This record gives sequence, C-alpha cells and structure tokens, in this order.
Amino acid sequence: MKNMIKNLFGRPCLFGFITTVAFVAITESAQCQSAIPINPTIQIGLTPPIPISIEGFEGEALSVLEFDLYVQGFSIVPASQAQYHISGSEGGNIVGRLSGAQNFSRSYNGASIRREAHAFADDVVLAVTGKKGIGQTKIAFKAEEAGGSGEIYVSDFDGHNAQAVTADGAIVAAPAWVPGRLALFYTSYKLGNPDIFYSDLSTGQRRVLAAFGGLNTSAAVSPDGQRVAMVLSRSGDPNIWVCNTDGSSLRQLTHTRADDSCPCWSPNGRWICYATKIHSRRRLAKISADGGEPEALSTTGAPDPTEPDWSPDGKWIAFCSQSGDYFNICVMPAEGSEPVVLVSGEHPSWSPNSRTLVYNDLIHYHPVLSVLDVFTKQHKNAHNVAGEDSEPAWEK
Amino acid sequence: MLKKLIYSGAIAMAAAIVATGCAHKPVGVTPIPPRPEANVGDQTAPTYPQQQLANQSVTSQPLAENGPFDPSKWTQDRDALAANTIHFAFDSAVIRDSETANLQAVAAALNSDKNLNLMIEGNCDERGTEEYNRSLGERRAEAAREALVGMGIDVNRLHTVSYGKDKPAEHGHDEAAWSKNRRDDFVLLHPKTGA
Repeated sequence: MKNMIKNLFGRPCLFGFITTVAFVAITESAQCQSAIPINPTIQIGLTPPIPISIEGFEGEALSVLEFDLYVQGFSIVPASQAQYHISGSEGGNIVGRLSGAQNFSRSYNGASIRREAHAFADDVVLAVTGKKGIGQTKIAFKAEEAGGSGEIYVSDFDGHNAQAVTADGAIVAAPAWVPGRLALFYTSYKLGNPDIFYSDLSTGQRRVLAAFGGLNTSAAVSPDGQRVAMVLSRSGDPNIWVCNTDGSSLRQLTHTRADDSCPCWSPNGRWICYATKIHSRRRLAKISADGGEPEALSTTGAPDPTEPDWSPDGKWIAFCSQSGDYFNICVMPAEGSEPVVLVSGEHPSWSPNSRTLVYNDLIHYHPVLSVLDVFTKQHKNAHNVAGEDSEPAWEK
Repeated sequence: MLKKLIYSGAIAMAAAIVATGCAHKPVGVTPIPPRPEANVGDQTAPTYPQQQLANQSVTSQPLAENGPFDPSKWTQDRDALAANTIHFAFDSAVIRDSETANLQAVAAALNSDKNLNLMIEGNCDERGTEEYNRSLGERRAEAAREALVGMGIDVNRLHTVSYGKDKPAEHGHDEAAWSKNRRDDFVLLHPKTGA
C-alpha cells in the first residue's frame, strides 16, 4: 500500500504506516512532505483503480458514493475483491465507516443526505489517497437551448443542485471563477455583442468588464484574484489582453493574426498559456503576464491543441487536441512534452486538487458534462441540467 | 443583430489606437472603432441561493464601459444580402477568390445608399472548440471587413460580431452542413427615421 500511494502521487505519505488514525491526524498528514521524483507522466491514464466495496447504503446516498469514488480513482467491487470497505447507514443522516489499511468511523449531519454523502466520500478519499476530495466543490458552465441562447449555471461538481445565475436569454459562454470567491466572469451577448461581465453571485450585482468593439470573451482570473486575462479583438484581431479585475491597467499581450484563444494562468501567476498559430500550425504558447515574447509549448503527437488549463499544483496542462472531426482530452507536464491522450471531449477544467477534470463530452453530437480521473482514466457523465451543457469551469 | 456605432472623433480615436499599438501592429489590420459610451455598469443577475451555501459545516472546510447596441436606431434587413453569404475553408479565415463577386455585391449595396450600415456575422462549423471558434468567427468577420475597406467602404459603416459555432445555418453533422456553416452573413442596417 505504501508503494501504491507513492506511485499514485509521486511522493511518500505517512498513511502507509498508519492503521488507526484520528481524523485530525489524517488532515494534518494530508500535507505529506515532499518528493521522490519519478517520471509522473507514466501514471497518467495508466494507474489501476483502488478496489473498494460499499455496504449499507442505497438510493441517493449510494449513487453519490459510487459516483464520487469512481471519478476519484476507485473501482466499486464485491467485498471479497476489495482493498477497502466502506459501510454505514443513511437513517436521516449518514453514518460511515472505512476499513482497510485506513480506518475511521464518523457521523454526518446538518445537511441533505446528498451533501453528507459527498462529505463522507471526501473523507474516504482523503484517508486513502491523501488528497482532499472533490465531493463538495462546485462548477460553473453554460447550458444552451436550441437556437443558441442559454444561461450560465452553477451546480455541484456532479451537475446536481444546478442554479441559473444569469437571465439574459442570449448566447452566453466561458464562465470563469474568481479564486476563493462566489463570483464569476463570463461572456454574454446580452448587449448584442460578445462582452465580458463580472457577477457577484451572492448579491446579484454585476458589471461589464469589457464591452469593446469586436470580440470580448474567454476571461480567466489570475490565481491571486487581482487580474483578468481575456481575448479582445479591439485592435483588429483576436489577441490576448490582461487587465485588473476592475478593468484598469488594460494591456495587449499578443499581437498575432492567429485567432489567439483560451487564455489560462499558471498557478504562480507568472504565465498565461493560450492557443495560437505559429508558422501556420496550431500550437499552445505561454507568455509572461507582464508581457514579452511568447514561447511555444511542445505537444508532440497531439495536433491542433486548444483550451489549455494549468493544474492548480502547477504540474500539468490539460488541453484538447483534434482527432478527426472532434477532440480528445490530453494532459502533459506543464513545461510541454509528449501528452497523454485520455478520452474524447472538449474544454477540460482542473479540480482544485489537480487530479480530476470536468469537461464536455459529446453524445449524439450534443455536449454533456463529464468528470474524468486523469490517473485511472475513469470517467462518468454528470447529471444533465438543461439543454446542452458545456464549457465547465471548476471552482478554485 | 443590430449594432449602433455612432462616435464623434472616431478618426482621432482610431488613430490613437493605431499609434499606441503600431510597434507590433501587423500590416493591414484596422482597429475596431469603440462603441458608444453609455452606462451599462450596474445591473443585476439572479443570485446564487444562500441555502445552497448553508449547512456547509460539512465542507469541513476600461475600461470606460461602452454602451449597448441601440436596436431602435436601426432596421435589420437579413434578406437583401442573403444570397451573398461568403463561405470559408475548414479552419480558415482566408477569403477565397471565388467569393469576390459576393463581396463586390455587398460593396455595391452599401455604395447605393450612404445611410446604410452593415453587420458582418462570422460563423464556424461545429468542428472546433467553442472559444477557439469564437476567435475564428471573429477573424472571418474581420477578413470581410478588411476586404470591404479595401473596396473603399468607410470602416465606420462596418460592424462585426462572431457567433462561433452557436448559430449554425444547417444542423447536420457532415461536410454538406459544415461547409454551409463556415460563413459570413451580411445584414444590411437601415437607419430608422427620427432615430
């Protein structure tokens, strides 16, 4: 078990030695120290799932546990084949137990069965993998009706508890979270043009960030929440621009005629990665957020890369690559390298713990949200909200 | 889609943008004129319900804003130039020689009445990611805009919008549909009397 943890996450954890732990101890040891370097790329898509059995739950609690654990690298198996066992009950509240190399028993209360089941799954994930689980995180996305118009929605990461946070009746696109806040930037055609809005979801107040002539889209907020990168075409072509979140200090970073698109930030705030064209070929590039010369990133074997997203731990860039008429989700080390092709889909967005992606899959040409564990390549479609759901952004 | 563009001093402003950007400015790029000033700052949107956040103990843990379009100032005529929609090759914003006659027809319509303005709507087929296509659609609209400027049309009469892949003309999933969706539509804008 100790070796498995080391291989999964490229670093040794204390868990392998611990058979009985208090929950506080688990939380503290989750910040496991440091770093035996192994080639991490080989784990992407190839890590075997951890077999786990579930007893005592049914209905909504069971479906939450199965979904959450499957998309975080567990396989649900009969007890005889399991490495870990979870059991418990759901009589109004969740009571859950984990047994195996890690053990705990906890009761959950104060919320819906759904939310309590997510909390239990999170504790299982933390105990077994050392990573904070994703069960209680949120996503934003666009839900489009026939004819193109739609609204921005916010939901749990699995698509449940969805709530529209716009009422524009227009084409909307590209929601982006302000890190650590219940606030979004997004694109809306409400004023007849693609413009970028900021919306505080607590108060309902919103304002325009960018409504210049031409294209205003693809906002991405810096990790410190202070700056916004975006695509504007006010100078005559779609290029990457950056400004403060109040719109001040606007600056054009790229000057290509290559339909630059999809900026994202490195977690240290120094770089902006984006899709462009170099010598007539679609490439990913990065440029200093303070300006400078762009650097191309190698994506050997993954043609026509777009939609990069830099993992919060700084190690990976997820993106999508052309495959025939459609796209595959790929992951590569952030410095650029030979990517691993995972599944078909578009628009990957990293979970806060840098292990899972939400993206949109196509079913009969209609986009649906899906959640992917990049290590095991296990993925499941999220709950469909309304119309066609796409362009998900994971709350950070 | 109506887009009102009235601005005083537009030439001076455009010149200022060109001047500030010219160190890197690719040849042949015309900045897009600013939109009219108006207050679009304070708006409201649906709140995210607080009960979704309640009981979260289990989470143990410029830009001077430019104005909206004023559709009341313009009448859209989508039919007049419907036959002159131009189409593009896959993943390309290059206007093919075969489309020259369509652009000339569009220029002729604008030359026939100096009060007319034009909205150029750039669109893409479904093969491509959404934001990528939004940029590609913009490039397609701007390619037509540049071509019409080259034919002598005043840039201030030309407006662009990209719909990416959100407004396909055909809903099929084959080249027959895709080739019709990679397009610029031209919408004539007539000023309303008294507006």
